[in-house]
Amino acid sequence: MAHDHKLEIFRGLVKFKSNTQKIWGVLVFLTIITAIEVAFGIIKPRALTHSHFLGMKLLNWIFIVLTLVKAYYIAWDFMHLRDEKSSLRRAIVWTPIFLICYLIFILLFEADYVYNVYKDGFITWDF
Amino acid sequence: MDATVTTGTEESVWGGGNKPLGASYGKMMMWFFIVSDALTFSGFLVSYGFSRFKFIDIWPIADEVFTHVPFFHGNYPMYYVAFMTFILIMSSVTMVLAVDAGHKMKQGKVVIYMFLTIIGGAIFVGSQAWEWATFIKGDYGAVETKGGRILQFVDAETGERAALADFAKTLPEERVKHVSSEGIWFQGEGYKTSYSLNEVVEGFKATPNILIRTEYVNEEGEKTVLDRKRSLEKIMEATQVVEGANLVHNEYGHRLFADFFFFITGFHGFHVFSGVVINIIIFFNVILGTYERRGHYEMVEKVGLYWHFVDLVWVFVFTFFYLV
Repeated sequence: MAHDHKLEIFRGLVKFKSNTQKIWGVLVFLTIITAIEVAFGIIKPRALTHSHFLGMKLLNWIFIVLTLVKAYYIAWDFMHLRDEKSSLRRAIVWTPIFLICYLIFILLFEADYVYNVYKDGFITWDF
Repeated sequence: MDATVTTGTEESVWGGGNKPLGASYGKMMMWFFIVSDALTFSGFLVSYGFSRFKFIDIWPIADEVFTHVPFFHGNYPMYYVAFMTFILIMSSVTMVLAVDAGHKMKQGKVVIYMFLTIIGGAIFVGSQAWEWATFIKGDYGAVETKGGRILQFVDAETGERAALADFAKTLPEERVKHVSSEGIWFQGEGYKTSYSLNEVVEGFKATPNILIRTEYVNEEGEKTVLDRKRSLEKIMEATQVVEGANLVHNEYGHRLFADFFFFITGFHGFHVFSGVVINIIIFFNVILGTYERRGHYEMVEKVGLYWHFVDLVWVFVFTFFYLV
């Protein structure tokens, strides 16, 4: 289990010769993603900050997606979830994902409601 | 028990020593801990999201808050945090290499890689301490209104932020510090600001090219700057001077921003710190040859899981605190 590593990433697009090589490959990939994130964060392209999707800036969606990609490779290759049994992987991954999605859904909707109460309701808070 | 008939197959399934998920007890428990800890962190990050969405149009812009790099002067948003992220990812890499060397039973290599991991963790914790210190110390200074809103100052000509020291007057006034010997009832004093409110207000009135910047974010994603006339009206609402940030006052904007910053990065920093401590323990165990005698380096793998988890959390903290 632990000694035979799956050495392919990107669904077999890139195949490494040894586990050590794969680790460095993943590091390069993660570094590139972080560099892209930082570059976007500093440049803030107007096209991405002024278009919205589901009430959030496109740029922020890009950041979140890139973060999830990074998280995937950290969990799959550094925490070697790729080499674990799929039953263990599913138990560990889907349980938190389900709970976190629920939490995000319920709290952000509530927050938006509170925002509207502050905005339109008869409450003074900017004084 | 003698009467119980067990067939061979039942014994191999229920007789113990079976690993349905293919992971040892210790490793699985580490995973379970990580799952629960992940939920704790998500709770924090989502509550940060809650507060942010609640005050979506006055939330501070992280790029304007974290602009410092040690040993350099000037405005460098994000570079230092990016560096910290890289350090943590790098220490994650040395950790996997240690685990990999452990599988191959190479004690010497495990020692080197564990050592590098510990160094990486220490650099990260040190950087975070520096980040905290910079955040607490403050940058330009601001005033707070009765409702807890923050008013910052900008130079009308350049559009750059103006520090209190740029325009505040020095008035011949003396401030009496409350001490317990002076009376029974007194309010404990926190820090003393470098200028009194009066000095800031008088200085503001005397300097025509200073404008007030409110917390409101406009269409362009920038904070709204008031014109001189409205600035003069607004300054009268100020009740106190704020320099730096703590849990109650925050010169960068909404105080909840500072609260969450201290809480989430603090909780994460504590995880890194405990990770470093655990790594050191395992490091010495490796040197002493404990795992060599045990015949496997699974302990390195388990502590490695924890260490990667800390890295994983930081990836999310980085995104939601500094980028988004």
